[in-house]
Amino acid sequence: MKAFLMYPDRDSYLGQDLPPNEADLAGDLELDIVLRAMADGDQFLFDVARLGLHSCITGPEEIVYRQRVLADCIAQPAVVRDLYDVAIEAVTAEKKVLGWIWRDSPETIVHRTRQLLEFYLDAFRQLRGVADTHAASFRSEGCTRFFAMLSKELGDEYLAEIEAHIGELAFRRGTLLSAALGKGNKGTGYLVRRQPEQNWRDRIPGMNKNGYSFYVAERDETGWRTLSDLTSRGLNGAANALAQSTDHIKAFFQMLRAELGFYLGCLNLRDRLLATGQQVCFPEPAGPPTRAEDARLTARGLYDASLALSLDEARAVGNDVDADGKQVIMITGANHGGKSTFLRSVGLAQLMMQAGMFVPAESFTASMSTGVFTHFKREEDATMEKGKLDEELDRMSTIAGRISAGGLLLCNESFASTNEREGSEIARQIIRALTEAGIRIVFVTHMYDLAGRYYAEHDPAALFLRAERRADGQRTFRVPPGEPLPTSYGEDLYQQVFGTADTEARV
Amino acid sequence: MNPEARFGSILFDPPLDRGERDDPSMLSDLNLDQVFAAVVAGRDEHDLMPFFRAPLRDVRAVEYRHEVQRDLEDEAVSQAVTEFADGMREGRKHLVQLAKLRHRYQKEQWFLDATSVYCQAVVALNDALAVTGLRSRGFLAFRQHLTEYTGSPAFASLVADIATMKRLLDEVRYCVNIKGNRVKVTSYEGEDNYGAEVQKTFAKFAENEVKDYHIGFRSWPEMNHVEEHILELVARLFPEVFQALDEFCARHERYIDKTIRTFDREVQFYVAYRDFIAPMKAAGLEFCYPAVSAGSKKLTIGKSFDLALAAKLMPDASAVVRNDLHLAGPERIIVVTGPNHGGKTTFARTFGQLHYLASLGLPVPAAEASLFLPDRVFTHFEREEDLATLRGKFEDELVRIRGVLDEATGDSVLVMNESFASTTLRDALFVGERVLGQMTGLGLLGVYVTFVDELASLNEACVSMVAMVVPDNPAMRTYELVRKPADGLAYAAAIAGKYGLTYRQLKERLAS
Repeated sequence: MKAFLMYPDRDSYLGQDLPPNEADLAGDLELDIVLRAMADGDQFLFDVARLGLHSCITGPEEIVYRQRVLADCIAQPAVVRDLYDVAIEAVTAEKKVLGWIWRDSPETIVHRTRQLLEFYLDAFRQLRGVADTHAASFRSEGCTRFFAMLSKELGDEYLAEIEAHIGELAFRRGTLLSAALGKGNKGTGYLVRRQPEQNWRDRIPGMNKNGYSFYVAERDETGWRTLSDLTSRGLNGAANALAQSTDHIKAFFQMLRAELGFYLGCLNLRDRLLATGQQVCFPEPAGPPTRAEDARLTARGLYDASLALSLDEARAVGNDVDADGKQVIMITGANHGGKSTFLRSVGLAQLMMQAGMFVPAESFTASMSTGVFTHFKREEDATMEKGKLDEELDRMSTIAGRISAGGLLLCNESFASTNEREGSEIARQIIRALTEAGIRIVFVTHMYDLAGRYYAEHDPAALFLRAERRADGQRTFRVPPGEPLPTSYGEDLYQQVFGTADTEARV
Repeated sequence: MNPEARFGSILFDPPLDRGERDDPSMLSDLNLDQVFAAVVAGRDEHDLMPFFRAPLRDVRAVEYRHEVQRDLEDEAVSQAVTEFADGMREGRKHLVQLAKLRHRYQKEQWFLDATSVYCQAVVALNDALAVTGLRSRGFLAFRQHLTEYTGSPAFASLVADIATMKRLLDEVRYCVNIKGNRVKVTSYEGEDNYGAEVQKTFAKFAENEVKDYHIGFRSWPEMNHVEEHILELVARLFPEVFQALDEFCARHERYIDKTIRTFDREVQFYVAYRDFIAPMKAAGLEFCYPAVSAGSKKLTIGKSFDLALAAKLMPDASAVVRNDLHLAGPERIIVVTGPNHGGKTTFARTFGQLHYLASLGLPVPAAEASLFLPDRVFTHFEREEDLATLRGKFEDELVRIRGVLDEATGDSVLVMNESFASTTLRDALFVGERVLGQMTGLGLLGVYVTFVDELASLNEACVSMVAMVVPDNPAMRTYELVRKPADGLAYAAAIAGKYGLTYRQLKERLAS
């Protein structure tokens, strides 16, 4: 039984692996801030939110499938939370049943799973109740199908069958075991059998099944132990089937909890972002570009959700981007001018779009990527044996081993750890190689030797943005198109920080 | 025709050559006691040690074993013998278990299994040997016996009875209904497997692999009174099956062929030794079947090594020192001199081991070997003082060598290690000259390890070999021995040089 709330054709994503560069993405794009907003203090929600955020769906149809389920959830948040509570209740049922078990035996397993089944039966009935009441008010394909599945698979007849098992597992007519002769004529292959239906003859002594009986004396401890041992052997297979079945049912509820949890996380994040006065929108996903000029990236009011969630009062600045048909976006300009923030907003929106989520923008359209990668400059690592440039090259080498055509690479001040000439040349060769392999790059740099010379080539597939600085030196944190300038605005920053200290120093 | 008349033993031909001798000090001097203990370890049931204590005197008997072992080198033969041995062992285990059991129907079923295991082992061995290219007299005769035995009507009826009996027992199915303290045994009438019913109900949830909740039950062969009671009731449900079982056991009480039983034990002599040397061979050490002679005392040994030491050094074959050795013409005794811990004792032991192992008809630890087949191997090693004899060490050694020389013949091998080291050089030279004289007088083959350089050139029967050191670093031994005149001074000068104590070094140091 599958819920199909996350994918139209696949099971839950719980077993999925995070991308190998997840730690880089989390650190460079400050993902934890977003994930914490989704989790709202719940570690489980944090984990499923993280898995969901890294879904990296590449088909626009699958993205729309999730977007519609999410839209339903936004319209009916209370129903989603009710279903989620049933799932939690069922997943934690074990804790109510599980005493402290010294040693498991098939008999104790049967006893325990019988109790568990009672809880699960109750949970099934609740799910059915929600489905019967609310199914009609959901519109999306995913939700409609989910409720239909509940009605079909958890029909009255089926629930009665489970109830019958719960009754039979008490073994009120004794335990009937079949056996054969094994090594040394010891009984072997003990297997519990369903007691045959009783009819009128069975109730008359002497008329029922032929055989020979004996009784174990009340004080015969060995004898009693042997009976218990034989029963356990016979129940072994049934106990296994029961325990596995309850595991499967638990897995169903875990899956349900995880899938609902993702949408619950989205609801939480939406509430938080809307509370900051920002907008969110469902993005329009475009298929992966086959040619460079097909690449799409157009946004209005694109902002960095991590920054928006961190700011107390001020609103994060939104940027407009028109980068359709561009393979390289090169960003230059003032320090602390919003370059990194913009870079992060592009990466985060891309991830959220490919997770089927809304994005932090007024509107957003982009091509699917085969993977988002980040290469940000790093603080010196104390444990590092290699030099900084070695470390950078090493990381880039790792990325190169993982990225493929259609990938999106975000570079932040890459190769600034060496001199500009050398760094530029390294970067140039990397950019050239990667773009020719069908990879899109957004590159933040101070290196004029890199950006300026690239600009001079007039490559139609390259877009140049520059962090804005007004005439009075004030930064707007916007990153509009602009050609690279031979100097950055470090001087400004210096003055702002040192102020009069600088003039005093000259005296 | 009685096959016993043609095939008697895979170890002995002619059957007369079965001399067994107790020579514990010689075996321990050569460290062969350790070797044999390791060889037979874990094979107590076959009682193999007596075979390792019974060297052969007859070249034909030695060659009989060589032939058998060459056949055993065939992978197919080897595997067939191994599987046969496993089967026979399994059968013995059954009988051991049977003896411990109480209930008649239990014992009888274990007996049935024992006969079945035996028949399978015998048939498999016969089938396997039939398609191998055997060449040894021993194996050819054994195969002949095996073919006749498995083709006999008695064996055929045993096999048929086993099959019938097993089928009857396999078909027994019954039910036990346990309710409280009541146990009811009935026949099985196709009642549904409840575990499968449960699985069916919940199959729709089975999306992923989950844990296996089967509990492992320990099983033991014994039954208690409840199980026995159940078995009795099962026997009442199926009386004809259990009557047939009683009859089977009475009919086949003695089912093992005596010749096959003997083969099973004796072939382990080869298998045990082969398994013991296998890791050494795998590590690159060479073994060979020595060419043995009852007449010529010309001796050629290539790349020989101490088997006991090599076994300890495994798997590092590079640490095993290998030595070459030749004796020709009148040469009989190798006199070994050189620095302490230079490999002299190891060399002496190797010499003794080669001759003893050769007389067991086994491969020897050398790449090539032409050996004289001795009537006996003697040793004379330095001993701890024995307080019980109230004699001094030197005296004790003299008493012992006297005994050896009284028993030894010109066809013996004598290994002397650091004999008479407890006395003065003068005495050692004096006694050594006389003992060596007697040895060369007898014409026996031997090794004489000594610190007395003069003995190395006593007469034309003596060959001098010296334990070598690394020229630049006299403290380091190569453990190799080479034929060259004894020269204790050369070593003394070298070791002194290392500490700057040679004459010239001391002159220079004192001059400054």
